Amino acid sequence: MRKIKKIKTIKDLEQSIHSQIQARKSEKKPVLTVSAGTCGQARGSLKVIKSLEKAIKEQNLEDKVKIKVTGCHGFCEAEPNIIVQPINIFYQKVQPKDAKDITSETIINNKVIDQLLFTDLATGKKISSENNIPFYKKQRRIILGDNALIDPTDINDYLSIGGYRSLAKVLGSITPEKIIESIKQSGLRGRGGAGFPTGYKWEFARKTKGDTKYIICNADEGDPGAYMDRSLLEGNPHRVLEGMIIGAFAIGAGEGYIYVRDEYPLAVEHISLAISKAEEMGLLGKNILGTDFDFEVHIVKGAGAFVCGEETALIASVEGRVGEPRQRPPFPAVKGLWGKPTNINNVETWANIPLIIEKGAEWFSRIGTNGSKGTKIFSLVGKINNTGLVEVPMGITLREIIFDIGGGIPGGKDFKAVQTGGPSGGCIPKEMLDLPVDYESLTKAGSIMGSGGMIVMDENTCMVDVAKFFLNFLRDESCGKCISCREGTQRMWEIVTDIAEGKGKKGDLEFLEALAKATRDASMCGLGQTAANPVLSTIRHFRDEYEAHITDKKCPAGVCKELIQYSIIAENCTGCLACLKVCSQEAISGELKKVHVLDQSKCIKCGACYEACNFDAIKIE
Amino acid sequence: MITLKINGLETRAEEGQTILDVAKFYGIEIPTLCYNEGLSRYGGCRLCLVQIGEEPRTKLVSSCTYPAEEGLVVRTDTKRVIEARKMMIELMLSLAPNSKIIQDLASKFGVKQVRFKIRNEECILCGLCVRMCAEQMDGRAIGFQNRGYKRKISTPFDIRSEECRLCGGCLYICPACQLRCQGPDADTAVCNACLTMDPTCLDYYDELQCWMYDVGRCGTCIREKPEKSKSKEKAQKSKQKEKNA
Repeated sequence: MRKIKKIKTIKDLEQSIHSQIQARKSEKKPVLTVSAGTCGQARGSLKVIKSLEKAIKEQNLEDKVKIKVTGCHGFCEAEPNIIVQPINIFYQKVQPKDAKDITSETIINNKVIDQLLFTDLATGKKISSENNIPFYKKQRRIILGDNALIDPTDINDYLSIGGYRSLAKVLGSITPEKIIESIKQSGLRGRGGAGFPTGYKWEFARKTKGDTKYIICNADEGDPGAYMDRSLLEGNPHRVLEGMIIGAFAIGAGEGYIYVRDEYPLAVEHISLAISKAEEMGLLGKNILGTDFDFEVHIVKGAGAFVCGEETALIASVEGRVGEPRQRPPFPAVKGLWGKPTNINNVETWANIPLIIEKGAEWFSRIGTNGSKGTKIFSLVGKINNTGLVEVPMGITLREIIFDIGGGIPGGKDFKAVQTGGPSGGCIPKEMLDLPVDYESLTKAGSIMGSGGMIVMDENTCMVDVAKFFLNFLRDESCGKCISCREGTQRMWEIVTDIAEGKGKKGDLEFLEALAKATRDASMCGLGQTAANPVLSTIRHFRDEYEAHITDKKCPAGVCKELIQYSIIAENCTGCLACLKVCSQEAISGELKKVHVLDQSKCIKCGACYEACNFDAIKIE
Repeated sequence: MITLKINGLETRAEEGQTILDVAKFYGIEIPTLCYNEGLSRYGGCRLCLVQIGEEPRTKLVSSCTYPAEEGLVVRTDTKRVIEARKMMIELMLSLAPNSKIIQDLASKFGVKQVRFKIRNEECILCGLCVRMCAEQMDGRAIGFQNRGYKRKISTPFDIRSEECRLCGGCLYICPACQLRCQGPDADTAVCNACLTMDPTCLDYYDELQCWMYDVGRCGTCIREKPEKSKSKEKAQKSKQKEKNA
């Protein structure tokens, strides 16, 4: 591997950024950028890359085209995808067999391959350019957008999009106080969940007396179905690193830690590589760029405990103790890691910093609403057509995210609710679809912004079942220190499970609410204080569904096994044997072209027959 | 000197004191359970909850861990505090219904029913024994295992710990108590001293001298009792006779 030249002064850094930008501009070769984040790799992007390389070699195109392996492009539904630059053609769901066509048609003949283009579900039209795809159109990808431009393992590639320019600016001419002032002015709030104003957090840490201070990047992303931080660390690690260096300079910290879960091997690999490259280049270490500012970064791998995302538990874990929260105050800004002033921010928060420095606080504060500035990345998952990471300006409505960007619900089904904020969040019903997405509105609706998970549910989702799922997660992930949280989540889960199994009694709901409120009030850390949200928000918005389970012993959505029954509608049954073949319990009997019969005593309610039937002849009651 | 208000009363505190310390000094009663003067603060039982702040921005915190802050407004018996506290007692009772200490708390604060399924674990995981072992006895023989609903207190790998000196400090401080000797059961008992080394008990028990309170429960002395061993021998002999016949 080529050795990276050490940069000794700020001027040298500016110069090399300039020359890298020029090099990118003068690059005439078309570039095939293949998304190869964890999600892309899972869908086979590594195989696509291999076959692309082979095709290029076979057709002798080595001098005419370049392959760039990048992080996640955000559109998971279309993985693995390739963007042909600079003409900006978006090919989705590329298979290894398509590699030859891409090189021979698109590269040599300059033709667009129609069958690889994205088809608009609403109009049925093929769309060639990334920017015209509805999924991307309404987004404002100020952070995620760079993922598609750079090779995350190459520091020079980051320089070529103007990376580390903010660092040069900061070290060259801005005092720490001024940096904090502009972060305050920008209105940036923590992206990890609670939404505390970042500038003020930095100021506390800066003002606390002490020679040794630390900063920590919280990459312990644990919400089910959320992967914003992973995609940033995988796709643009230097951006996070740059934010951290600027933050350390502003706060006066000499050491930084990145607490990342070990379940993210690619993220760990990329951020480790980024740190070593930055060290080689002289952007980390002693006397950075000839100034008297020293800063080094270490990686601590977490073992995947959800509670370690809570800052005091995280600190305990970094120190090598059991990840259990402690009382705040004293806040980490006063007494944090090893008892020293510490500032903890989420990955996405750090990634916002270089942008604010580069473009100015005023530019940043123009995006978003009064109380919530900037953009937010959400992972849009569940019953939605366009699964993926979406970056939207604050204040956009849920309807826009789900229906315009997300493309609505698959199979023409009805939207029922959206769960935001992960297990500590709540469910927001259909009636509130026009709710603007910002910190205050979501809290008012009984949910939270959280780190940005967004799980969409359709009419076939049972809200009691949803509450049960999240409570099961929480009772497992509670650290167990406070009796309110440990026993509260466990007992709530027991009651909800009883309701889901048809053993609910009158008065259970009121008791559940009282217990949920006590859990929220009595717990020490954020986990316990928000653990009641899945229960309280589903009861608040879907009380009738709970009552149907308790009084009528019916599950309206047809999910809770104990309360449903599958049966065959004789008029619709054509006797095709499809259901009979899939039934593992041999509960369905019948002959070809004769109406089948379902034996209830054998049925385990797996739902396989329901899925297999093409004539709507199986009904759930 | 820090000044703060507790239940409307102007109080003064020193740096490093908690709300509970101040309240105790002024004679304001706050119930506690996992708190002990000689041990570090833990904040796990949530009984010492108090309400801080002024409406509408109030929250509940555990007074044993929350430091006294300048200008803090504290109320120890609001409706919110009482409701949360009662729920905590109810939860504890469902875990250790036989504990005298928890029963007393329940009767004092008017908890008249347990609406949860009784689990009878005889442990509420207040952590007093763990802290006692580590901080006062310098033993560190027991600790927490697992998290969430699987959390429990035991020795490493659930086997007899070499660090345990059988001082009994854990038993002494336990309000619940699971750690009280459960007999020579190698899988679950914490000390298992009766199986692995010389018994700490007397050979022949005396009701007053047995420090296990529950005479004979650990099984050590019963094993030594002559009548029992004789009766066993008799039984074996009779069995052999039957076989021979």
